Amino acid sequence: MHIVYPVVVSALLFSIGVYGVLARRNAILVLMSVELMLNAVNLNLVAFDVWLRDRLHGGQVLTLFVIVIAAAEIGLGLAIVLAVYRNRQSIDVDRLRDLSETGASGEAGPPEEPVGVGEDADREARP
Amino acid sequence: MTFEAPGFWPPSGPEVVFLLLGLVAVGSALLVVTTRQLVHAALWLVLCFGALAGGYLVLTAEFVAWVQVLIYVGAIVVLLLFGIMLTRAPIGRSADLDSGNRWAAVLVALATAGVLVSVVVAGFGTAYAPLEPGQGAAKPLGSSIFRTWVLPFEALSVLLLAALIGAIVLSRTDIRGRE
Repeated sequence: MHIVYPVVVSALLFSIGVYGVLARRNAILVLMSVELMLNAVNLNLVAFDVWLRDRLHGGQVLTLFVIVIAAAEIGLGLAIVLAVYRNRQSIDVDRLRDLSETGASGEAGPPEEPVGVGEDADREARP
Repeated sequence: MTFEAPGFWPPSGPEVVFLLLGLVAVGSALLVVTTRQLVHAALWLVLCFGALAGGYLVLTAEFVAWVQVLIYVGAIVVLLLFGIMLTRAPIGRSADLDSGNRWAAVLVALATAGVLVSVVVAGFGTAYAPLEPGQGAAKPLGSSIFRTWVLPFEALSVLLLAALIGAIVLSRTDIRGRE
C-alpha cells in the first residue's frame, strides 16, 4: 500500500471539514464537519501507524483515544446546542452575535459589521 | 520503513479497494457539507464513516474499524439525529443552511486542500508499506493499551466521565446556577 493514498484521502476529508465548519450556518452541521475533520486525523494516524510499524501501536491507540474524545465532544457540543436552542429558539451560528465586539447586541443589528461576514446575518435579523 | 516500493501502476488489489472506498468517503463527505436537507447530511455521514471503516480494514486496522462502526456510526450519528430532532429542524429542503461567507469558505478549503495535498505528496510520495494482516487485531492493540498506554487510557476514562456529567448538567433544566 502506497502511504500517499490514505494520506491524500485524509487531506481531502480535512479540507472538506474546513469548508463545512466555515460555510454551514446550522450548529449541528458545524459539529458534523468537525467530526469529518477528526476522522481525517484518524485516517492519518492509522496510515502512519501502518507505515512506521510501531511496536507499541501508538497510532492506532491514539486513534481509539481520538474516537473517545470525539464522542465526548459531540455529547457536550449537542448539550450546548440544545441549551442555546432552549434560550434562543435558533441554532444559526451567525445569528448568535451577543459577544461580538461591535458594541450593540445581536438582535438590534450592530451599526458596524465586519466586512463580508455580517451582512447576511444582519439581513436575517431585521425581517 | 524502507521497502522496495513497486510503482504506482498497476495498483495492487488492496490499493484499488482503498481508493474506491476513499472515493466514496470523500464524495459522501462533500454531500454532507453541501446537501440542503439536514437529515440527509447525517445519513451521508453514516456512509462516509462506513467507507472510512472499510478503509481501516484494508489498512489492517481491524479493531479500529470495528470501533469506528460501533462509536461513530452507532452512537455519534444517532446522537446527531437526536440533536436534529430536538432542535425542531425543518424536515425537507431548507434554503438557509449555508451562511453568507460561503465563497470565502470555498476559497479557504481549496487553499487548505492544495497546501496539504502538495505537502503530503512531496513528503510521502515514495513511502510504501506492505500490508500484513493481524497488525491491528484486538489482541496486540489491547495488550499495548493496557501495558504501555494505560495511564492515558485511565485519564481518558475520567475525561469521558466528566464529559458525561457535564452534558447531563448542561441539558437538565431544573439545575440552576448559584443565586
